[in-house]
Amino acid sequence: MRRIIAVLLENEAGALSRVVGLFAQRNYNIESLNVAPTEDPTLSRVTLTTVCDDKKIEQITKHLNRLIDVVKVLDLFDAEYVERELMLIKIRAEGAVRDEVKRSCDVFRGQIIDVTHNTYTVQVTGPSDKLDAFIRAVGKTTILEVVRSGVSGISRGDKVLSV
Amino acid sequence: MEEELSGGDMLIRALQDEGVEYLFGYPGGAALHIYDAIFKQQKVQHILVRHEQAATHMADGYARATGKPGVVLVTSGPGATNAVTGIATAYMDSIPIIVISGQVPTDLIGTDAFQEADMVGISRPVVKHSFLVRDCAEIPATVKKAFHIATTGRPGPVVIDVPKDVTDPSNTAPYLYPESVELRSYKPAVRGNGRQMRKAVDALLKCKRPMIYSGGGVVQGNAGEALTRIAKRLNFPVTNTLMGLGAFPGEDDQFVGMLGMHGTFEANMAMHHSDLIFAIGVRFDDRVTNSPAKFCPDATIIHIDVDPASISKIIQADIPIVGQVESVLSDMDVILEAALEKSADLPDKAKLQDWWQRIGEWRAAHGLNHDMPLTESDVILPQQVIQSLYRTTQGSAYVTSDVGQHQMFAAQYYKFPVGRRWINSGGLGTMGFGLPAAMGVQFAFPEATVACVTGEGSFMMNMQELSTCLQYGLPIKMVCLNNQALGMVKQWQDMQYGGRLSQSTYSDSLPDFKTLVEAFGHIGFRIDKPQDLDAAMTEAFSPKLKDKTVFVDVWVDPHEHVYPMAIKGGSMQDMYLNKITTTQQGDYM
Repeated sequence: MRRIIAVLLENEAGALSRVVGLFAQRNYNIESLNVAPTEDPTLSRVTLTTVCDDKKIEQITKHLNRLIDVVKVLDLFDAEYVERELMLIKIRAEGAVRDEVKRSCDVFRGQIIDVTHNTYTVQVTGPSDKLDAFIRAVGKTTILEVVRSGVSGISRGDKVLSV
Repeated sequence: MEEELSGGDMLIRALQDEGVEYLFGYPGGAALHIYDAIFKQQKVQHILVRHEQAATHMADGYARATGKPGVVLVTSGPGATNAVTGIATAYMDSIPIIVISGQVPTDLIGTDAFQEADMVGISRPVVKHSFLVRDCAEIPATVKKAFHIATTGRPGPVVIDVPKDVTDPSNTAPYLYPESVELRSYKPAVRGNGRQMRKAVDALLKCKRPMIYSGGGVVQGNAGEALTRIAKRLNFPVTNTLMGLGAFPGEDDQFVGMLGMHGTFEANMAMHHSDLIFAIGVRFDDRVTNSPAKFCPDATIIHIDVDPASISKIIQADIPIVGQVESVLSDMDVILEAALEKSADLPDKAKLQDWWQRIGEWRAAHGLNHDMPLTESDVILPQQVIQSLYRTTQGSAYVTSDVGQHQMFAAQYYKFPVGRRWINSGGLGTMGFGLPAAMGVQFAFPEATVACVTGEGSFMMNMQELSTCLQYGLPIKMVCLNNQALGMVKQWQDMQYGGRLSQSTYSDSLPDFKTLVEAFGHIGFRIDKPQDLDAAMTEAFSPKLKDKTVFVDVWVDPHEHVYPMAIKGGSMQDMYLNKITTTQQGDYM
């Protein structure tokens, strides 16, 4: 089962390598990972997604909490949450395909952020499965390059992850 | 008042302010500013080892015996990498050590400089935490944090990597050692949850076939007395893990011996048939549980541990309690005492009596028994050597061991009266641990009897430290169970590989250990006849040799195996009892 874990981390050299190292060392898998400083520059926020069962997620959160640099850990699946991912996708767009790509882009509420005579670069945001669907919609043959940010997630309502 | 000090001086000053007595280390380029700081003071005594791995094991032995953190100083590159095995050893057994490693100057980091190794990176999976110091002004706070992290919660090793420019005498900063430290991300639990503790006491009072299964956490958490008090109040059987020996007195009637792969028959049988496992400071290691799916099928599991990640990692706990073992046991004892005042008939005395009787039957059937007369045979059995050591030292020695058959024999046959007396590498299983660990213990307790039970294979992994023993006059008594083979490897090959002894024997190339230790300036004995064993042991531990390092090379039966031995993939009741009998053949229920 896919899980999203949010981690508040001391924004210090080597802190991220401890988080990533833990996953390698304990044979947990990381599907996606993103990290950036928060409004408090001493703290970074990591969002990582993994596929595992309930027993393993308990171990993962416990072991993350054990790292000295980890300030707080939240399994977003414990409550309602919102997730978003950003994708930049460069598509070959020539002849009739040009219009078709543009239509798909409108359907998915993407934005074309760069144009050449034979390519479009499209920005799409949303839950990961929407991004997957866009990739399917435009078709593999036309895709030149894909870059995805990895999932960012946040709890709904009053619940906050902070120090 | 704040003083201006260089980074090197600050490091040593901070160690003084932490009350460090000994610094086990080996000098080298990147650490030379620190070594100069050591030269200028007397409070912290530096112990010059012969190999950095041994320095970490000495600090580790010191920490295990005293409960105080051991401290190591090594240089960059090979000095640091040599220390890694010792750091991993301490990590697996949750031992507080601080390893200070020199590093190449900051501006050379990442350039593949001479003797450069990424110590923080290399050690990351085997440390509780690590620091790379960027500026000499950070040193006091970093050292304080390192000691705090190493010694609190679940203890463990901490590395402080110090680039050479940070300790350069030309850089100074104000020195003020912090009195306390606050880390927003690190607040280990102390007291247990009241509701959980009451639930646990309730379960203790309702069970019929209880087992107290206690481990290294009780030793490291100084909870031996609290454990003994609660066990006595309940009259429950107690088994200790390899790491927990001594936490409950080895000679006590309630002690059923060690459990696990080479645990006693009665301990393993009782675990399997128990209806309540009271697990304290243990981690359900695979060498204990055998197949987790078949582990203790009828038991409710209470699990106390300071590390939440140890709970329900292997075996799901029914009543988990996170907290310091000593605190939780003391609190539970108060709850228990009050509960017993209300209902003195609990736990069911008749059922408990039945349970004790069953355990007694198991013990009588297949308990440890090698107390045969020494003259019956012309070969010495390894078990008899440990019994002889136990008699000679009257059970009062600190005993360190290496890894292999001799370690298991020592664990089975030496009865430890209190914790911190039995010192071995249980988790990582590091050969070469025994001698340096014994040296660390002897530094901590110069007057104590310190024995190192070793095998010829393990001993040869760190025997260079005999030279250090001479330098510091450490009167360690080594007892070598010499079976002319890597005994435990050979045992597995005998039992599981059709007796094909691949790379486990070397009898035609062993040194004459007596001459060898004499070359190092020590006393050596070689014994191969049962009738000489007690006399040699008595002489080795006699007042005459009190100040001498002694090596007793005992040639033992090379064919002897360690039994019982768990049958792979089975439950705890599935054991080999000897070379031809297993518990699966008869009716042992």
